[in-house]
Amino acid sequence: MTTLATTPAGPQARARRAGPRPRRRDGLRPWLYLLPAAAVLLPLLGYPIYMLGLLSVFDYRQAQVSGGEPTTFVGFGNYATLLGDQRFWSVLGQTVAFAAALVVATLAVGATLAVVLSRAGRVPRLLLSLAAMAAWAAPAMTGSTVWMFLFDADLGLVNQVLGIEGFNWFYDRWVAFGVVGATVVWHSFPFVMVTLYAGIQAVPASVIEAAALDGASAWQSFWKVLVPILRPLITIVVIQSIIWDFKIFTQIYVMTNGGGIAGQNSVLNVYAYQTAFGSSEYGLGSAIGMVMTLILLAVTLLYIRALHRRGESL
Amino acid sequence: MNRSRLAANAVAVAAAAVTLFPIYWMVLSAVKPAGEIQSLQARPWTLAPTLEHFRRVLGAENFGRYFLNSAAVALSVVVLSAVVAFLAAFAVTRFRFRFRTSVLIMFLVAQMVPVEALTIPLFFLVRDLGGVVPGVGLNTLGSLVLVHLAFSLPFAIWMMRGFVAAVPEAIEEAAMIDGASRAVILWRIIFPLVAPGLVATGVFSFITAWNDFIFARTFIISATHNQTLPAALLVFFKPDENDWGGIMAASTLMTVPVLVFFIAVQRRLVAGLGGAVKD
Repeated sequence: MTTLATTPAGPQARARRAGPRPRRRDGLRPWLYLLPAAAVLLPLLGYPIYMLGLLSVFDYRQAQVSGGEPTTFVGFGNYATLLGDQRFWSVLGQTVAFAAALVVATLAVGATLAVVLSRAGRVPRLLLSLAAMAAWAAPAMTGSTVWMFLFDADLGLVNQVLGIEGFNWFYDRWVAFGVVGATVVWHSFPFVMVTLYAGIQAVPASVIEAAALDGASAWQSFWKVLVPILRPLITIVVIQSIIWDFKIFTQIYVMTNGGGIAGQNSVLNVYAYQTAFGSSEYGLGSAIGMVMTLILLAVTLLYIRALHRRGESL
Repeated sequence: MNRSRLAANAVAVAAAAVTLFPIYWMVLSAVKPAGEIQSLQARPWTLAPTLEHFRRVLGAENFGRYFLNSAAVALSVVVLSAVVAFLAAFAVTRFRFRFRTSVLIMFLVAQMVPVEALTIPLFFLVRDLGGVVPGVGLNTLGSLVLVHLAFSLPFAIWMMRGFVAAVPEAIEEAAMIDGASRAVILWRIIFPLVAPGLVATGVFSFITAWNDFIFARTFIISATHNQTLPAALLVFFKPDENDWGGIMAASTLMTVPVLVFFIAVQRRLVAGLGGAVKD
């Protein structure tokens, strides 16, 4: 599920912008209300992040888990192993490439359909919105199983329609990435479409009409008028998509049966999981997890900057 | 009707059909007789719908139990996260205090944490926790409730903020003058007023917990009766031949509840997103 860092606006937004009114004798009261959240988040989110970092600097494998051997501090040993491992670099490379391709595809589909929605009549618009909601709501797990079935070598509809029974879509690395990618885009384009459609709705019709009067084609008015106006919103959608597509796990894990033939379809998340729970290399797996966390943290900081530039006051 | 409107309509309808097709195919395959699923000439309809796959899935494969497990985990997360998020949202919208902005930024950063990477430390944490509190150790539904509560909370707080801020402070002040206690104001007056926000937030928490695959797969190792739907679905994948009828029936069972929830709140969802622009 893509998380949306957007809040309902209208009167709420205005109230928020005004900021909470300072009160006298507040003292510790706000902290009292924050206590339950802290009681959940510190041990179950904060501490595990700390522990992930800690595990990543230890030699922690099956023998240490069962207590057979003492755990030894290895400093950046696990990271050195990773940096010297060609497989890590190839997984990192294809994670970035796969995520980039997904972001571009999701955005292209989502933006196109957002424009289509804004021009379509009532009934087609309702149809597409409902269909998109369905794809959005479908769990990653069931989306994966259905697309697997559609692309099954013998019983899959796609092969039967194309007349290529027996062709295995999950045999070749890039073909498999293509099918998994299509599934992910199917899941994630609705978020982009709905968000951008809402953005387009907020652009005064007179702006588009003025462009048309000046002789702009639909293509020109999209790129020269809509895109610049919606740029802040597009930035947020892009960053949300990067975060979401970088973290893909279920679709890869289920559709390629744990990362594909000889792990050829592994992405960082799956690789970390398999290293830890498949090969019992918990320390090394944690180091991969840390790499992941740091990359996403960098993206998040960009996100916060984008929010700031949009002028949203916290 | 001009040409561009016509083209837009055609594209919209075509896109809707393509998007909806996998879901249609899932439901269709779930009610197709086994013979038709095995057929090498699949037809996009069936004349002999059957519940045999559902019967097998719910009976022999015990999916009724897994369904209830999933529902129990998801609903517990919804209720707990609603209460906790409401209190936290109240703190950050109604008070000004030191580190308020830092706290908010932490809630935002927490949403981006790659939770999949945290499976490793959380596995050990839950294992050790089980030694102290048996109800939340490995193989328990309690462990899933705990981790999903933690993962859904930052976003829930973020979203509740706007809803709490929308309640005019004058209401609180009036109640205060009438002599209502802080607890009464909080739970009897403000809490009901943010109910729509709680529903919208709850749907997201529900979906996070309901859709989870990785933690169920990692934590529920040997206690198969505590399996949840997404992880249990894997039993239908067999090395030689996948039981597609069963897989599609189980997938349908898993998709319908979230679909219903999502469509129920879709208006509020779209309105919320629309608001993001006017900001």
